[in-house]
Amino acid sequence: MNLTRRALGASALTLPLALATGCSRSPVDADRAATSRGPIRIWVSNNEQELAWGRAVTEAWNAERPDEHVTLQEVPAGASSEEAISAAIVAGTTADLVFNASPAALPDWVRAGGLVDLTTFEGGREHIERRSGPLASGYAEDDGAGGYYQLPWKSNPVMVMFNREIFAAAGIDPDSPGMDTFETFLEGSRQIVGTGASASALWPAPTSDFYQSWFDFYPMYLAQTRGRLLVEDGASTFDSPDGLAVAQLWRALYAEGLAPQEESTDDAMTMGTTAMQLAGPWAIATYEDQIDYGFMPVPSADDISPEETITFADSKNVAMSSSSENRLTAWEFLSFATSEDRDGELLELSGQMPLRTDLLDTYPDYFAEHPDYVDFADQADRVADVPYLSGSIEIWQRFRDEFSASAIFGKKNVSEGLHDAAEQIDPLVQKGAR
Amino acid sequence: MTTPNTTRTAGVTNPTGAARPEGAEPGPRTGGSGASHGPLRRLLGAQPLGLGLSLPYILFLATVMAYPLGYAVYISFFDYVFTAPGMDMDHPFVGLENYRIALTDPRVLQSFGNIAVFLVINVPLTVILSMVFASALNSVTRWAAAFRVAFYVPYVTASVSLIGVWMLLFSQDGLVNTILGPLAPEPSWLVNDALAMPSIALFVTWKQLGFYILLFLAALQNVPGELYESASTDGAGILQRFRHITVPGLRATTMLVLILSIITGANLFTEPYLLTSGGGPDGASTSPVLMIYQKGIQQGNPDVASAIGVMLVILVGVLSLASTRLTKER
Repeated sequence: MNLTRRALGASALTLPLALATGCSRSPVDADRAATSRGPIRIWVSNNEQELAWGRAVTEAWNAERPDEHVTLQEVPAGASSEEAISAAIVAGTTADLVFNASPAALPDWVRAGGLVDLTTFEGGREHIERRSGPLASGYAEDDGAGGYYQLPWKSNPVMVMFNREIFAAAGIDPDSPGMDTFETFLEGSRQIVGTGASASALWPAPTSDFYQSWFDFYPMYLAQTRGRLLVEDGASTFDSPDGLAVAQLWRALYAEGLAPQEESTDDAMTMGTTAMQLAGPWAIATYEDQIDYGFMPVPSADDISPEETITFADSKNVAMSSSSENRLTAWEFLSFATSEDRDGELLELSGQMPLRTDLLDTYPDYFAEHPDYVDFADQADRVADVPYLSGSIEIWQRFRDEFSASAIFGKKNVSEGLHDAAEQIDPLVQKGAR
Repeated sequence: MTTPNTTRTAGVTNPTGAARPEGAEPGPRTGGSGASHGPLRRLLGAQPLGLGLSLPYILFLATVMAYPLGYAVYISFFDYVFTAPGMDMDHPFVGLENYRIALTDPRVLQSFGNIAVFLVINVPLTVILSMVFASALNSVTRWAAAFRVAFYVPYVTASVSLIGVWMLLFSQDGLVNTILGPLAPEPSWLVNDALAMPSIALFVTWKQLGFYILLFLAALQNVPGELYESASTDGAGILQRFRHITVPGLRATTMLVLILSIITGANLFTEPYLLTSGGGPDGASTSPVLMIYQKGIQQGNPDVASAIGVMLVILVGVLSLASTRLTKER
C-alpha cells in the first residue's frame, strides 16, 4: 500500500470523527433557559400506576397552560432506568424533567453536568424543605448547605411482608408474629421451613446487582443502627458490631437453607414458595388479590420498638436536566406536580408515599379508606436513603460483591467480608470514587 | 508453480503474471483502455469502482468499529468520565493508571481467570465436536437436512429464551438434578462457584455448535472424495481416514473456527449476565466484558472500562496469533 492510499484510509477513519464532532449537540444557554417558557417533556416510570398519575397531572397542566405544553413519556427502556438516564445525559437527549431519578446515581449525573440546581429558581429551596422537612437534607449537596439537584419526591419504605396463611400453618400468630429481633426472626424462619409450611422463609434476590443490598442487608442495618448510612463523614460505617450482627443473621438464613442461594424463577411470594419478603407499599397493589398478607417492621438485634425503627426509603426523586431549554416552565410544572393535591393523587393512584411531612394528617381520608397503607405512612417518617456520594454505584457494587462472597455463599466469614468491603470502599470515598 | 491471476510489481498490475523487465514500459491492460497511471489512479487503485462500492462498508466499519476502538484506547490513558454536552471538564492524562486500577482489582483479575476456564472448556469442545459432527453429517444420506437443522436451531434461537430453558433444567429443583438424585451437586450448578463457568461453557458450546458445523460442512465439500476412496482401497479404517484425510483437509477451516470461538468466548456477556444473574455466584462467572459493562456503563468509569477492553483485545490478539501458529501447515 503506498502512502496516498494510506492517506485515503486514514481519511475514511477520521471522517466519522469529524462527523461526530460536527453533529454533536450544542449545549443549552443556561442563562436564557433559566427564564424561558415553552413546551417541555417529562419522563415517568413505566409502571401502570405512575403512568396514570403522569397522565392526570399533565392533562390538568395542559388544560390550564396550552402554550407550555407538557409531553409525557416513559423513561427509555434499559437494564435499569439509571443507565438509560445516564446515556441520555451524555447524549443531551434527556427529558426536561425526570420523575424517576435514583438518589444513588444522581451525584454522578451532577458531576457530569447533566442536572440543574433547583435552588436557582425563586422559592426552590423553600418548596423542597417545606415539603420534605428534615429528610430533605439527605438529598442535597453538602447536607443541605449546597444546592438541591433533586426534589425528594416519593419513598417506598421497606418493611417485612408476610403470607398470613403460611405463618398460621407454621404455628406463628399472623396478628402478632413476634419476630422483631434477629433472634426471633431466625427462630420464626426455622419454624416456617422446619414445619414444611413453606420451602423458604424469605427469598430476596441473591444476585450480584449493586442495588440488591437495599433489600436485604441495608434495611436491617438502618434499623439496627437507628439510621446510620453505609458511609458517613468520609468513611464506611458497616465494619462494626452492628454491621456484623446483620451480616451474621443473613449468613445464618442462607447457611441453614432458610433463604435460597438461587434466584427465584417465578414470583415466590405468589407461588407460596416463600413466606416473607422485604417490600415497599407497591407490594399491596401487586398482591392484594393473590395472597392474604400482613406487614411488620424490619427486625433489629436490640428489639427496637416499631415506633423507632428506621428503614430504607427506596425513594425516587425528580431532577431537571441541563438539556432543558424552557427551565422556568419545567420548574413551575415541577412545583405544580409536587403540590399537596398532586401528591394526594400520587398516593391515591400508586400507593407510594410522597416524601412530605405528616402524611397521615395531610391525607386523613385516604388512610381512613386504605388502612393497609397506614403502617407505611407511619414508617415513611422514619426512613434513610443511600448516602449522597459520587461513585455511589461502584461503592454499592463493592459492598455487594463482599456480602455475596461472605453472607450468601459463605466463601469467607462475614467479619472478613465486611472488613474487606470497608477496605475497598474507604479509598473510593476519600478519592471521590473516580 | 502456481500462477496468480495478478502480480503486483511496483504498484503496477501485470495480468500475465510475468515480471516486467526493468525499465520497460508497461503494456496495455487486458480488457482495459490503457488508462493512465497518474495520481488519481495511484490514489484509487486499480479498481476504482470496487473502492466506490466498498466505500459505504468502509465508512460503516470506520464509524462503528475503528473510531470507537481508537477512542477507547485514547480514553484508557486519561482520567475520563462522560459528560453532558457543553460541560467543560478536565480529563488529565494519567498514563497507565487506569491499567493499574484494573489490574489491582480482584474482580477484574477474577473475570480474566473465569474466561480462561471458559476458553479451556469451550474452544477444544467446539473445534472437536463441530468437526466430528460435520464429518458424520457429511456421511449421512437419509434425514441429513433434519439433522443439520437440529444442530442449527440453537444457534439461530435468541439466547434469552434458551437461557430460560437452561435455568429451569439446571436449577436446584430442575430436571437435571431430579435425574441425578443424590448425585446432584450442592450448591446447584449455576450457584456453584466451581460449576458455574463450566456450565456456561457447555451452554455456549451447544448453542454455537450449529454455526461451526456449517463451516466444516462447507469445507468438507472441498476435500476430494477420491482421497477417501483411495484410502479405503488401501485398507484405511474410518478413524484413519478421519485422521489422515479429513483433519488435514479441514486445516484452514479449523484455524478459522479456533479463532472465531476464541473471539466469541472473549466477548462473553449475555450468558453470565442472564444465566448466573449478573456474574454470580460470588463473581465466579463474571467475564471481562461484563466487567466493562459494570465499570463503564453502571459505575461511570469509562476510563477503567476502556483499559480492561484494551487488555482484552490484546489478549484475544495474542491467543489468535498463537492459534494461527499452532494450526499453521508446516
